[in-house]
Amino acid sequence: MSPAGTLAKLSTVSTVSTGEWDGTRRPRVGVIVFPGSNCDRDAGNAWIENEFGTAVYLWHQETDLQGVDAVLVPGGFSYGDALRAGAIARFAPIMNEVARFAADGGLVAGICNGFQILCEAGLLPGALMRNEGLRFICKHVDLRVETTATPFTALYSPGDVISVPVAHGEGCYTCDDETYDRLVAEDRIVFRYCAPDGATTPQSNPNGSRDNIAGIIGGPRRNVLGMMPHPERAAALALGSADGSRLLAGIRAALVAASG
Amino acid sequence: MPKVTITVTLKPTLLDAQGRTVESALHTLGFDEVSGLRIGKVIEMQLPDGIAAEEIEARAATMCDKLLANPVTESYRIEVH
Repeated sequence: MSPAGTLAKLSTVSTVSTGEWDGTRRPRVGVIVFPGSNCDRDAGNAWIENEFGTAVYLWHQETDLQGVDAVLVPGGFSYGDALRAGAIARFAPIMNEVARFAADGGLVAGICNGFQILCEAGLLPGALMRNEGLRFICKHVDLRVETTATPFTALYSPGDVISVPVAHGEGCYTCDDETYDRLVAEDRIVFRYCAPDGATTPQSNPNGSRDNIAGIIGGPRRNVLGMMPHPERAAALALGSADGSRLLAGIRAALVAASG
Repeated sequence: MPKVTITVTLKPTLLDAQGRTVESALHTLGFDEVSGLRIGKVIEMQLPDGIAAEEIEARAATMCDKLLANPVTESYRIEVH
């Protein structure tokens, strides 16, 4: 039996009406679960605990997004990182649906391994390589919000410096010059690793990413986000930072606005 | 049965952090003459008899383009034995 049923049951535990949506219709995110995902519960819980809505966990073998309003592709080591991080996950049946959802303008956020998967799937340009220093890095980093012209960052201010943890071995963002020029020209670099004062220095670049890139946006309506840092692990003060919850709040606000 | 060996390496323009580290370790061991060390992966597979060598190579290239190599960061070399 697919464990998705069990997960989905657990996920509906805490859903408090927040007023903006009535009690019958709350924004529901779908968290994709691959064998080896390990941030799926964190992502779902961050959404639920902040009272942004409900979450459903979607097993990789499923072929239906169950009508979710947004999709989170979580961190972890899907399929044990066989071949390359994210290389196998993109062939999961559920990813066809995610690709279709993204093409239709649905909000999709890939975090850490999720970012790697979205790149491998061709939903975002570029690739994530082995960290320049070869070490797995697990620490809080500062990120500068580079654009607020995305649903995910609309509630930040341009230049905001937020504290969010990274935990990855392959987070060195790489792309060719043509892609890079396009990302810059189209204002698609969403986050850059920076010093606490907001300066994007080589020292503040934890993994050798091109131009300190920590996250980018894509999709037909700037609706597909990929980022290596974990906003879901910075979604409550008890976790050391709540800076990431504003990203989730941005998703919620966009969904509420779209619902008219 | 024909055997196919595919060698996948990082593109020459990209920094191979692992290769650089190993090269420096060899220098430490006294192998100062070593340079240009790159690390990749080798994928071996068997294919059934009766397929023309060119066809095998073409199919292997498609496998690389679709899965075995990341076109953004890696290049590949195919050998059919």
